[in-house]
Amino acid sequence: MKQPAPDHTGPDAPSGRDLSTQEVARYSRHLVLPEVAMEGQKRLKAARVLLIGAGGLGSPLGLYLAAAGVGHLGIVDFDVVELSNLQRQVLHGTRDLGRKKTASASDRLRDMNPEIEITTYEAQVTSANALDLIRPYDIVIDGTDNFPTRYLVNDACVLLGKPNVYGSIFRFHGQVSVFSPPAGPCYRCLYPEPPPPESVPSCAEAGVLGVLPGVIGSLQATEAIKLILGKGDPLIGRLLLYDALEMQFREVKIHRDPHCPVCGESPSITKLIDYEEFCAGPAKARATAGMPAEITVEELKARLDRGDDVDILDVRNAEEWILCHIDGATLIPLTELPARFKELDAGREIVVHCKTGVRSAKAMTLLLGAGFRNVKVLRGGITAWAQKIDRTLSGY
Amino acid sequence: MIRVTVIFFARARDLAGTEKAVFELSPDATTSLMMQVLVDRYPALRELQDHLRLAVNRSYAAGTAALRDGDEVAVIPPVSGG
Ligand SMILES: [Zn+2]
Repeated sequence: MKQPAPDHTGPDAPSGRDLSTQEVARYSRHLVLPEVAMEGQKRLKAARVLLIGAGGLGSPLGLYLAAAGVGHLGIVDFDVVELSNLQRQVLHGTRDLGRKKTASASDRLRDMNPEIEITTYEAQVTSANALDLIRPYDIVIDGTDNFPTRYLVNDACVLLGKPNVYGSIFRFHGQVSVFSPPAGPCYRCLYPEPPPPESVPSCAEAGVLGVLPGVIGSLQATEAIKLILGKGDPLIGRLLLYDALEMQFREVKIHRDPHCPVCGESPSITKLIDYEEFCAGPAKARATAGMPAEITVEELKARLDRGDDVDILDVRNAEEWILCHIDGATLIPLTELPARFKELDAGREIVVHCKTGVRSAKAMTLLLGAGFRNVKVLRGGITAWAQKIDRTLSGY
Repeated sequence: MIRVTVIFFARARDLAGTEKAVFELSPDATTSLMMQVLVDRYPALRELQDHLRLAVNRSYAAGTAALRDGDEVAVIPPVSGG
């Protein structure tokens, strides 16, 4: 991908200059804090922060960093605002549906604080553009939603020596840390290798409490502001775990790994790699070997209309089944599948589906391992079915 | 025997099907043995086994570390959502 052209909005060159009367009024609650005061507010104004992802974590991050007066805020995202985002992505509104998240975010944040400069990059972060995107900034905030981009952002930050304010979420759980070698570990010191993609479902697959990214993103914003101010004790060398159901925070001390492939003593990664391939795992290997049999929603519909003998296996959860399902399908949630193989007829053709394809790929592996031979995965899952075949079904 | 309390986070909690469990282990038990005991008790954890991190008494345990009576072990999987 070629380097995306940045879209600059806002005043041209705010810097460490004196604050205007307007700004003094706007930031007065900061200015009376001894830990911030005029000097800290000028530091915030001169700071350059790159926010990667304008979704769940990016929403509180963008809002609070803009409100706090971070003078140069870069925002990278390539997604479009969808209805299912609005349960947690409070940066965007109903009127923004279908708009680029960068455009929606820019409008909202310009309204929040017209004193700051916002630069949006409507792009996917890739190995080709990451270093150029990150280089002009002092601090990077990882608000992405997938492993390949997290490893990419980590490695690029280590290579450029930029602190990476990390946060991630899963259902009711969140993690926060500040990765800043050599002062502390990087993401790879903790997790040198990504898990197989089918073993850790995404928020779309697993669900997420809407307020969770609000908590975790706000913690990341706090850490970024502390780094800029040079005040307090940053989360370097500490991983903060949050459990919303138990309402507990736990802190785990984390250490630099001298053998870390990117920040260790003799790193094997000295330039950016292909992160999609690095994170693809065995599922991708199977796909390239031509093994997984896939069927499109159109093919399945045609075959059902012909009266072909096909069993449809839905491996989503019961909660998702209630929202929508394909007529005639059998529900066996993925977690129960190994205990319920005998409910399926290995002699018949089975088309397995989930929401988008992650769990069905896993189910397929389980079924093949259990001796089922005639198994196909429904490409795009029930999401594709609802979009292309049965539009009466509600997407979710 | 020593008693060790294990707390599961995020995906590990789903796979184990519980948030907390107490194990009785031999006095020479280590974190490596603990991991083996965990996947034996909760076979669903096996798919994430190589990617789970154990923290003993709120400190990340690299490699193999000895466990003592009363220790608390946190099982922390990688999380990617945002
Ligand atoms: Zn490292």
